[in-house]
Amino acid sequence: MSLVSTQQINPIQETIFNRSTVLFLTVLAFVSVFVVICNQFVPVGSALHIPTYTVTLLGKYLTFALLAVSIDLIWGYLGILSLGHGAFFALGGYAMGMYLMRQIGDRGVYGDPVLPDFMVFLNWDELPWFWHGFDMFGLSMLMVVLVPGLLAFLFGWLTFRSRVTGVYLSIITQALTYALMLAFYRNEMGFGGNNGLTDFKDILGFDLQSDATRLTLFLLSAIALALGYIACRYIVTSKLGRVALAIRDAESRTRFIGYKVENVKLWIWSFSAALAGIAGALYVPQVGIINPNEFSPLNSIEMVVWVALGGRATLYGAVIGAVVVNYAKTYFTGALPEVWLFALGGLFIVTTIFLPKGIAGLLSRKEQRA
Amino acid sequence: MSNLITDYVASIRNRNSVFEFIEPQDNPKLDVRKGCILYIEDVNVSFDGFKAINDLNLYVNDGELRCIIGPNGAGKTTMMDIITGKTKPDSGSVYFGQRIDLLNLSEPEIAQAGIGRKFQKPTVFEEQSVFSNLELAMAGKKKVLPLLLAKLSADELQGIEETLELIGLKEQRLLRAGALSHGQKQWLEIGMLIMQKPKLLLVDEPVAGMTHQEMDRTAELLISLEGKHSVVVVEHDMDFVRSIARTVTVLHQGSVLAEGTMDEVQANQEVREVYLGE
Amino acid sequence: MTICKRLASALLLVFMSLCGSTSYGEGNQTLFDEGIRLIETGKLKKVADGVDLLINSKHDRSAFILESMLESKLYRHKKQKQLVMLVEKNDKGLLIADLDSLESTRQIGKRKAKRIPLNNKLRGKIKGYLASQNLNADQVSVRKAAIQKLLSALDDETLALIKARALYESNPDVQLLIDTAIALDALQSENETDRLKAIPTLSESLEPAVRNQLTQTATNDTSKAVQLAAQSALEKIEDKIAFYGFVEKIFFGLSLGSVLVLAAIGLAITFGVMGCINMAHGELIMIGAYTTYVIQLMMPNSIGASLFIAVPAAFVVSGLVGIAIERGVIQFLKGRPLETLLATFGISLVLQQAVRSIFSPLNRSVETPDWMAGSIEINPIFSLTLNRLYIILFCLAVFAVLFLVLKRTVLGLQVRAVSQNRNMARAMGVRSEWVDALTFGLGSGIAGVAGVALSQLTNVGPNLGQSYIIDSFMVVVFGGVGNLWGTLVAGMSLGVANKMLEPVSGAVLAKIFVLVFIILFIQKKPRGLFPQKGRAAEG
Repeated sequence: MSLVSTQQINPIQETIFNRSTVLFLTVLAFVSVFVVICNQFVPVGSALHIPTYTVTLLGKYLTFALLAVSIDLIWGYLGILSLGHGAFFALGGYAMGMYLMRQIGDRGVYGDPVLPDFMVFLNWDELPWFWHGFDMFGLSMLMVVLVPGLLAFLFGWLTFRSRVTGVYLSIITQALTYALMLAFYRNEMGFGGNNGLTDFKDILGFDLQSDATRLTLFLLSAIALALGYIACRYIVTSKLGRVALAIRDAESRTRFIGYKVENVKLWIWSFSAALAGIAGALYVPQVGIINPNEFSPLNSIEMVVWVALGGRATLYGAVIGAVVVNYAKTYFTGALPEVWLFALGGLFIVTTIFLPKGIAGLLSRKEQRA
Repeated sequence: MSNLITDYVASIRNRNSVFEFIEPQDNPKLDVRKGCILYIEDVNVSFDGFKAINDLNLYVNDGELRCIIGPNGAGKTTMMDIITGKTKPDSGSVYFGQRIDLLNLSEPEIAQAGIGRKFQKPTVFEEQSVFSNLELAMAGKKKVLPLLLAKLSADELQGIEETLELIGLKEQRLLRAGALSHGQKQWLEIGMLIMQKPKLLLVDEPVAGMTHQEMDRTAELLISLEGKHSVVVVEHDMDFVRSIARTVTVLHQGSVLAEGTMDEVQANQEVREVYLGE
Repeated sequence: MTICKRLASALLLVFMSLCGSTSYGEGNQTLFDEGIRLIETGKLKKVADGVDLLINSKHDRSAFILESMLESKLYRHKKQKQLVMLVEKNDKGLLIADLDSLESTRQIGKRKAKRIPLNNKLRGKIKGYLASQNLNADQVSVRKAAIQKLLSALDDETLALIKARALYESNPDVQLLIDTAIALDALQSENETDRLKAIPTLSESLEPAVRNQLTQTATNDTSKAVQLAAQSALEKIEDKIAFYGFVEKIFFGLSLGSVLVLAAIGLAITFGVMGCINMAHGELIMIGAYTTYVIQLMMPNSIGASLFIAVPAAFVVSGLVGIAIERGVIQFLKGRPLETLLATFGISLVLQQAVRSIFSPLNRSVETPDWMAGSIEINPIFSLTLNRLYIILFCLAVFAVLFLVLKRTVLGLQVRAVSQNRNMARAMGVRSEWVDALTFGLGSGIAGVAGVALSQLTNVGPNLGQSYIIDSFMVVVFGGVGNLWGTLVAGMSLGVANKMLEPVSGAVLAKIFVLVFIILFIQKKPRGLFPQKGRAAEG
């Protein structure tokens, strides 16, 4: 199972801003500028005009791309197949959702100045302790990173230390997100149960429905993706990145040359979870809702197929995969809803059997021939 | 005072050594004042009722080159697994020097304490370059944050280059390790072992798949390590063992059957019976 | 004087009932008709006479008429001047039926019919008659039920009936109930020693009526000694109830555990032998359940027998699908477990959607045959429901068969050889490809069989498999890969743990606790309860 097609590798010349990274960042910047111009300066009705609805859709894809990059970091470079990354994404989303919920204030249906609607509906008298502080933007943003990061840290600390690897680990991550889903469906948890958190009004005082806010969120997603991508590049080109590859390919051998494998795994894993949390936090204000369904195991495993299709251990492949699959999903669920699961299932099978290196593998093969 | 003298004597003995960079790293906790670097006492291991190691007692002196032979299933590899922390024994004690209890340490802690191992089946990091393989094995800080910020220093770079020279893979430095031949992988493993600058080297079948010429070079290398390092070699090739061995230990059914020079061991009746098939 | 009278009436009743039991049958039609005629008048006095006649007629419809009278269901149609049966009261008035043909109902106005009046004396009389009928019935269960019913409303007359029966009751269970009834009555006695004497008998009983009465005695009795005795008797009963509650939880837990074992054991085989995770395992269970559904559709007239056909059919259908999956996908992904996991997940999506397209996304309910309904009553507070009992037995049977297949057949030998050392087995001439396909077929077939069992417990829908797959994995991981016993023990203990936690924390939290427990457990013992040891296990 060779993931690298070339026989020559030059680790010393491997820099953060290699060709593919520069290309990716350029394309991302170009697309962002293009979208801004076509949305703001091209008149409505022109063929080039991009409606705000599409801008938000693209923003959503970008958050998925960031999520995919975070998965690629641990799967492609560290060999951990997480079937529960949706949990970290959702936790980041919930942290953002709680902030947005508190921003509603007395504009809710029941008009309670402090309690969100669903708590009034459940006849709760006061805010649960973990809801305090979410009226502050800064603290909430900290939680976006901390909650998924700490959960991942705790989970990783327990599992990596006991050397749970491979499919075992995958199954356990799936159990993690499944348990969280069950928990978040309960009203008693204090996260809105079934319905989750929704009916958001504004963020930092800006109306979430306004075009300007939506465009800004799109741009923020693009910036977050760029920064996240660069951070991941930094990690994978450092010596830590090479240790990670060593762990991926021969874990016990890495131990015998003196690396505490579990620590390396733990930190990269937690970083990846925090990155997924940030993606979730950007996702929620754009789609306007977060509910326990985001925790469903199906979601998490779908995210993995983005990366598999795009191509592992390339980072840009993850971005391509996330955008392509989600575009296909948007198209299919609109036009032929009953075909979508067939298509997705087929994609899993075809990718794993015929495209082990994903789209990125196809691209680089073409490049070599040329 | 006596330490200084022995050090001096040892340095004279190894004067012809050209591999300065292989100097072992000192572990302040390692205590070899009694002259013994590895103590294996009353160790037992069984797998589902099968006794792989049976009351094994083995001592390796500081600076010694020890060869271990024995028929298949004698427990040679299992013994190495125990020393390096891969397998935990059911009973017994294993000490590195007088103070370091290896049974309480994990594999990376044992490696960092100064025990390096070359595996029977060469396991290099196939997806990475030869250079990276050596860089990864290099002694030094192995914590997460330093790794993230690590930059190769000029000294380290030189160390890697010299090792590449030593193991004859200078041309292949940027080749993917997976693309190497079996013998080259063996050399790379030896190179990785050297990069770790261990005090005690455990070498499991180093010359399998090597040409006679390469065997001689390996023998030369191992002999040159003797003195500053302690080396334990497990090997099947009797010619090779004869060419390097000072003391030979014969394992049989998980315990020591005989110990002595090659000639003594070969003269031993029991050994002839179980091992040489007479 | 009163005692004499009571004794006399008791003897009379015994005599009557003895006669009754000998000449049971049509009875005296004339007396019966005359009784009905008197009741039809709706005048209390004449009704009383009519009831007497009905009782004396020993007609086999008397009990039915009197019972409906007691339940206030017997009405008199004012215009037709005849007795009718009330079926239900509704907004429009009364829904009634003729006594002879209860099936054909008709609607009449509220005031068109009047209820046949009764007073307490008559009620007592009718109750006594009905009780004596049931008390002397031939079936033990009817006699027991009659006494149990009487326990909560004992009075002099019914007690006399019970005592009379006691003289020639042969069944020990019924005898015990009779003793309980007599003791319960003694508890009301004015004599303190009688009350004290009654309590030990009562402390053996688990009847709710006894418990109520003892609770009252424990607080209200005039004598301190009786209060204390009742208190300790109550404690003894409560202990028993707690014990049976515990046993019941274990029983529920074992039945849930059996479901888990059935769902997981096929997975344990494929995972253990081939080292590959089959995420489509849940869908193979679903296919088994749908096979049951289809077979029931094909033979709607013999639901009971259909299950016996469904088991082998589901085994074959799921097994063939499994072999197709192995040949079509998994064999190309040898040695790449994570890819296998993803590919089989894709298969599970396709299978789910296929079922949605073929059978509609809605749940289908599979009928439960009669022989699976009902329960075995062990005592008044504890009974074993038959469907749960059958699931446990079925699970053990499947386990035993599988165990024998793996231990005693050539296939089993080859499967074990391949699972322990694939290369060596190959060198010995085992066709590992062939073994893989068959193993996968076997594991999948077992999944199908599990689907048959599940179809009896829940609705059959496209998501059936998904809801079991994670649980199944937990069982396999908990038990240790490649060990059938591990799967059995793990499944059963997880089932019991779940049911033990449920009353304390609620079903969802219980599930979460179990998941968290397994995550923690894996950290202590990464290879499960029964790990494989040795060199081969470490690769």
